Amino acid sequence: MIFNTTIETMPRKYLKQVQIEKLQSTLNRVYRHVSFYKNAFDSHGVNIEGIKSIEDLGKLPFTTKDDLRKSYPYDMFAMPLRDIVRLHCTSGTTGTPVVVGYTKNDLQAWSECTARTLSACGVTEHDFVQIAFHYDLFTGGFGFHQGAERIGASVIPASMTAIEKQITIMRDYKTTVIIGSPGFIMNLISVMKELGIHPEKLFLKTGIFGSEPWSNQMRTYIEENLKINALDTYGLTEIMGPGVAFECEHKNGLHINEDHFICELINPDTCEPVETGGRGELVFTTISKEGFPLIRYRTGDIVALMDESTCACGRTLRRMTRVTGRTDDLIFFEQFKFFPGEVEKILYGVIKAASHYQIIIDREGGNDVMEIKVEVPQGFAIDELKNLEQLQAEIAKKIETSLGFKPKIALVEPKSLIFNARGKTNRVVDRRKMK
Amino acid sequence: MLKILNLESGYGKLRVLKGVSLHVSPGEIVTIIGANGAGKSTLLNTISGLIRPMSGEIVFDDKQTGGLGVERIVGLGCTLVPERRQIFNTLSVKDNLVLGGYLRWSKQGAEAKQDLDYIMGLFPILKEREKQLAGTLSGGEQQMLALGRALMTKPKILMMDEPSLGIAPIIVKEIFRSLTKLREGGLTVLLVEQNARASLGIADRGYVIETGNIILEGTSEELLNNQDVQRAYLGKDYERINE
Repeated sequence: MIFNTTIETMPRKYLKQVQIEKLQSTLNRVYRHVSFYKNAFDSHGVNIEGIKSIEDLGKLPFTTKDDLRKSYPYDMFAMPLRDIVRLHCTSGTTGTPVVVGYTKNDLQAWSECTARTLSACGVTEHDFVQIAFHYDLFTGGFGFHQGAERIGASVIPASMTAIEKQITIMRDYKTTVIIGSPGFIMNLISVMKELGIHPEKLFLKTGIFGSEPWSNQMRTYIEENLKINALDTYGLTEIMGPGVAFECEHKNGLHINEDHFICELINPDTCEPVETGGRGELVFTTISKEGFPLIRYRTGDIVALMDESTCACGRTLRRMTRVTGRTDDLIFFEQFKFFPGEVEKILYGVIKAASHYQIIIDREGGNDVMEIKVEVPQGFAIDELKNLEQLQAEIAKKIETSLGFKPKIALVEPKSLIFNARGKTNRVVDRRKMK
Repeated sequence: MLKILNLESGYGKLRVLKGVSLHVSPGEIVTIIGANGAGKSTLLNTISGLIRPMSGEIVFDDKQTGGLGVERIVGLGCTLVPERRQIFNTLSVKDNLVLGGYLRWSKQGAEAKQDLDYIMGLFPILKEREKQLAGTLSGGEQQMLALGRALMTKPKILMMDEPSLGIAPIIVKEIFRSLTKLREGGLTVLLVEQNARASLGIADRGYVIETGNIILEGTSEELLNNQDVQRAYLGKDYERINE
């Protein structure tokens, strides 16, 4: 079903006009209200009046995550703080978090985007939508919540409850749609198996997942084990949250909400545009946001853009492939995101010396598991079991307090980690991809 | 119906519009709000052909109309109700209306006659005073006359420049109500107003123009919700700003 037929099926000729109008007014606003952009445009010698078509976007400088970090907390806001009615932020596990502010209109636009997403996944007012994303600074819970309410579905905000409880709710409340991260749902499947609950005892028909990349094999696994239709969505807090792009019933790429976001695809090394069909880094420009507009934001996500043909569902909104990778070494683990460098920093803090380590992520019975192998520094009193246990516990605790999850820590002898040709250890071994 | 892309326009060396893009779809009421000197009237005057654009595109009904003469543009169905009404003071009310249909009498006389009756029905006061000199009408009545005169061209899109200027609020309401009624009859309206509250009240969408640039656009609801619009054009938050 199509939530907003006017926009979602608008001939591309008209859509381009809408985009250029919104782009120009956004540029005029950020140039007046955000000093970062005024400086960036001036120092690049760009006159925003020279932006006369979508193609001219290429003349503007990029915005990077680093720029956003430096602006912490409010320097990138384009509206006075009293007009901001909601704050969310990125997880911040990767350093300074990025604070994103929403005005009333931003929240309206956001709920429109997630309502379009849910409608495309077949959600109607007859559905019971169970949202397992967290309702906190993270955008997942609130983002989908607003959209589901907009459609008129019955929303069950079931985050923060234990998996067993989620299953009980699902069965007793007759949940028809489950929304969460793919990691969560894999967990749920394994708990259901443990408890011996057959999916046919539930009423689920649709699963809507996002917030981390997941493979088509995983989709098949989820669909078969829960007897549901599983759909992918795409979003990121910096741009808005969930609802930036969504799959329709044809599962042939994700439609981008182009009346709110202009997408570009670049080669992450040369920053040159990538042709239709080629893979590259996704770059977004927001064209309707008031509170936190971003110009050419580099997402770090690797996708391919599909051509501008109309989808079988009737939508003219351009599609992108599912996210296949990252330009950086960001690791997705359950609902957490982190860089290996952060683990390194923590290890250094505990051991007080540089040491080799290896992060091994695997999937066992549907659950993601992580083991971190750490080389014990030379000269450490290795004979004393007590010392080792203490060290192990301390590392685990430090990681839990700063990154949020508790990995298994294995201490290994010095120089025991495998080196590759360049004399470096493989910092990350992700076995999930092989499954 | 009307599509404008990167329009630049002005007077002599003075560039007033600095690359304005907007569109109006059939059957819509679109409003342009902005302060004095922002370029609102320049925009309408350029669309209607009174000023030649410096650059950019004006596409009306799939035809490029930038730089065409006023009479050609009116003939295509794009008519302006000018600021301060500009009626012919020394002619009678009826003659003003008849002149409005000037391009039509030879070819569509019967239809124009019908329109004349329709307009008199829409604004009964004009019927009442049809023989009176137009200059003797009150401001509000003159605005109705100017609107009637424009409607006599049978426009597809009607552009109005500050219809509420110098008019009693109760008449403003009546004129705006008549616009809504005309829209129901299929007319498309591009409305320029300083009275943002009134124009956003009847418009579907709007653009906010500031020193020749569009700085905000959206549905009327979105614009009414926008705090910048509220402060600058709706007079809310007045005290807090002065703090």
